Amino acid sequence: MAQWIDACATDDIEEEDLIRFDHDGHTFAIYRSPDDEYFCTDGLCTHENVHLEDGLVMDYVIECPKHNGQFDYRTGEAKRAPVCVNLGTYPVRVEDGRVLIEV
Amino acid sequence: MARRDYSMLGSDARRAVETGLATAEWYHTDIPRKDMKALMKRTDSPAIQDTLILFGCMAVFAAVAIALWPSWVAVPFWLAYGVLYGSAMDSRWHECGHGTAFKTPWMNDAVYQIASFCMVRNPVTWRWSHARHHTDTIIVGRDPEIVAMRPPALIRILLNVFGILDALNGWKRMLLNASGRLDPEEATFIPEQEHPKVVRVARIWTVIYAATLASALLAQSWIPLLFIGLPRLYGAWHHVMTGVLQHAGLADNVLDHRLNSRTVYMNPVSRFIYWNMNYHVEHHMFPMVPYHRLPELHEMIKHDLPEPNPSIFAAYAEVWPALKRQLRYEDYFLRRDLPATARPYREDLHADALGIPAE
Ligand code: FES
Repeated sequence: MAQWIDACATDDIEEEDLIRFDHDGHTFAIYRSPDDEYFCTDGLCTHENVHLEDGLVMDYVIECPKHNGQFDYRTGEAKRAPVCVNLGTYPVRVEDGRVLIEV
Repeated sequence: MARRDYSMLGSDARRAVETGLATAEWYHTDIPRKDMKALMKRTDSPAIQDTLILFGCMAVFAAVAIALWPSWVAVPFWLAYGVLYGSAMDSRWHECGHGTAFKTPWMNDAVYQIASFCMVRNPVTWRWSHARHHTDTIIVGRDPEIVAMRPPALIRILLNVFGILDALNGWKRMLLNASGRLDPEEATFIPEQEHPKVVRVARIWTVIYAATLASALLAQSWIPLLFIGLPRLYGAWHHVMTGVLQHAGLADNVLDHRLNSRTVYMNPVSRFIYWNMNYHVEHHMFPMVPYHRLPELHEMIKHDLPEPNPSIFAAYAEVWPALKRQLRYEDYFLRRDLPATARPYREDLHADALGIPAE
């Protein structure tokens, strides 16, 4: 059943950046966009399961550190080869300076 | 050890997958996230400037060469044009394929398409083959871009100094793809949904080459061929000279780029042609860093890397004896010393994968 999980403080993520969040055997990536919105996707690239935490956030795109594949982290859409499969995304809400994700 | 099988469909390929050498975790030097983010940051201006210089020089060299034709005085201008076409385009293909050279995606894509055409590398196929080269760098049977095999295929390398095998294979592959088919090996690393794109590009190229050939025949002149196609042969030497140094003589089937890749200090002209890929250990460890930031990355992590070779000449003085030795004993490789400040080689990573005790 879906539940809201307290993932991190809003300040834990720099603007236009991401952090990794592991929960219950699953790894997530939580993003803070340039206009201070928060998003959450699966934490592993769909190409070869590399952690996205070392990747580069540019506007609304996360670039994978291994082969520079890109996803739109708002929708999970695969934007640039070699990624072809979209990332899973998760609802996010911010409450009292905390980032909550629904998993 | 049994003879290495470099086929993507052979016994070494199967073994690499079974043992976990393929798609494995690799060693990385620690860099604070803040510094890494700064290094990865994209910008357009260095690559725009370099691209204007590159295309400007090509236009001038070609124009002078054509103006002086058929005098022998034209030869140096054709050679200069050729090296920019047949070698500088190799590094542009590489950097723009990673998408790191420019910040603006269409600029990366435009230069990538032009460079792929010049190098006769199908832009779709080679994007995937290069991704595999980064996943499984110098893993036998997995990396489709191994230049100096073991024992070293010296004749092959020599022929490629004049682009002969690579370009002929590229043209042969282009015709195969244009007929709607893919080679079984390339099908192992290109996802099926990309196959139509491979065919489309091959057909466009075939039309361009046919038009070039037709204009040469109609005009009864070599000039169209010297301008398009042949520079891939007579200008290839520089990218082969620098490319061989990337991994030759070093370890294979390891998971630490410091063991299988080489950084070489080079003169500014070669660095322009090669777009800083002489910082090759750095590039493999952190492929997100654009070419123009590699010297800074090098300064940041050199304490953890083997001493770079001080010049192209010095690098060949190291590589050539190693290749000669590998002709007789293919398991030989160079294991360079690390500085005292470095973390030890992570030989345990590949030893674990292969189930052998590390030294
Ligand atoms: S692992 Fe992410 S692009 Fe290849």
